[in-house]
Amino acid sequence: MTDPRAAVAAVVDPEIRVITIDELGILRAVDEDPATGRVVVTITPTYTGCPAMDVIRADIRRALAATGHPDAEVRTVYSPAWSTDWISASGRAKLAAAGIAPPAPARTATVVPLTLAVRCPRCGSPETEQVSRFGSTACKALWRCRSCSEPFDHLKAL
Amino acid sequence: MNGPFDFTLALADDALVAAQRLGEWATRAPEMEEDIALANIALDQLGAARLLLSYAGELEGAGRDEDALAYLRDDREFRNCLLVELPNGDFAVSMVKLLLLSAYQLPLYTALAGCADERLAAIGAKARKESAYHLDHSSLWVKRLGDGTEESHRRAQAALDLLWPYHHELFTADPAAPVDPATLRADFDAVVSAVLDEATLTRPETGWAPAGGRAGVHTEHLSYLLAEMQVLHRAHPGAKW
Repeated sequence: MTDPRAAVAAVVDPEIRVITIDELGILRAVDEDPATGRVVVTITPTYTGCPAMDVIRADIRRALAATGHPDAEVRTVYSPAWSTDWISASGRAKLAAAGIAPPAPARTATVVPLTLAVRCPRCGSPETEQVSRFGSTACKALWRCRSCSEPFDHLKAL
Repeated sequence: MNGPFDFTLALADDALVAAQRLGEWATRAPEMEEDIALANIALDQLGAARLLLSYAGELEGAGRDEDALAYLRDDREFRNCLLVELPNGDFAVSMVKLLLLSAYQLPLYTALAGCADERLAAIGAKARKESAYHLDHSSLWVKRLGDGTEESHRRAQAALDLLWPYHHELFTADPAAPVDPATLRADFDAVVSAVLDEATLTRPETGWAPAGGRAGVHTEHLSYLLAEMQVLHRAHPGAKW
């Protein structure tokens, strides 16, 4: 049997397939009952309405079944609330390499202010502008680079 | 209202009905980016509604899950405020409505995050981050429309005049609730006044204050909304695809 933690940590996010659920910070725990060997995985959603959660749960179960844990349980918790600050350094690097500008540190103020200077993930220029505060998935906004004219996604600080 | 079940259900229904109305803008918004934005906000509202409905079902203890509560109740059993069920109307109406709703939901969820009920606190802490984006988005639009052209100003002011009476219901005092809505009024007033000032819009005089949503007495608009939202589930119970 393979280490269940490693199997679950390797599951990729179905909407941003360059990053694993572990790097994204939505994998909270992988516990194994020493008596029964049953694996319990705890995850938390990025956004409350994230439509990828069902696919993520199915992918976790599939990954565990393939490593000899067919009766795994996937629990979803909401507290503490996910923050983009939980995205790992390797996750941020992978996002940038895939053309998605990683988030700035999350603000704690109740009203989210405008994010300052998002760098273009393609040419590195800080001369960028927001096209839409909401993008192709709940966690992203649409931006455009004024230097190289390329549009790009930006993972919103949350 | 009476107890945590009613309170949770009221919040859930606000979010659910708001999600359904916002979803009606999909493919009809004035520009593609706005289409995506409103669909995203609808999704956030739906996400909060699902968590709240599931919890309400547990509080009730009668075996009703989120689907049973969303799809198998009639209009008189819904506890949402009247504001969210009103038709979308003009784009300005939808933006002013979203401003009033998010300026209420943000302090509500923030207060909920610190309440004694652990489940509601977790939902509040999660949902308030999303509400901040909704408030930001609607504020920008209301400022742009109000301080825009003569025509956009006229429509934004008309929308405000139309919707203003309905916001009073949101702050009906309920001292026994996990968060007393009356305590949220000051935050709401501060945020909305600042936006309206910048938008050069005139805050209407307080007069007529329609209410009844929290007691299940709704406008006819809710019945049509529910008919569309519930028809599939009622015709094909448990349908999956």
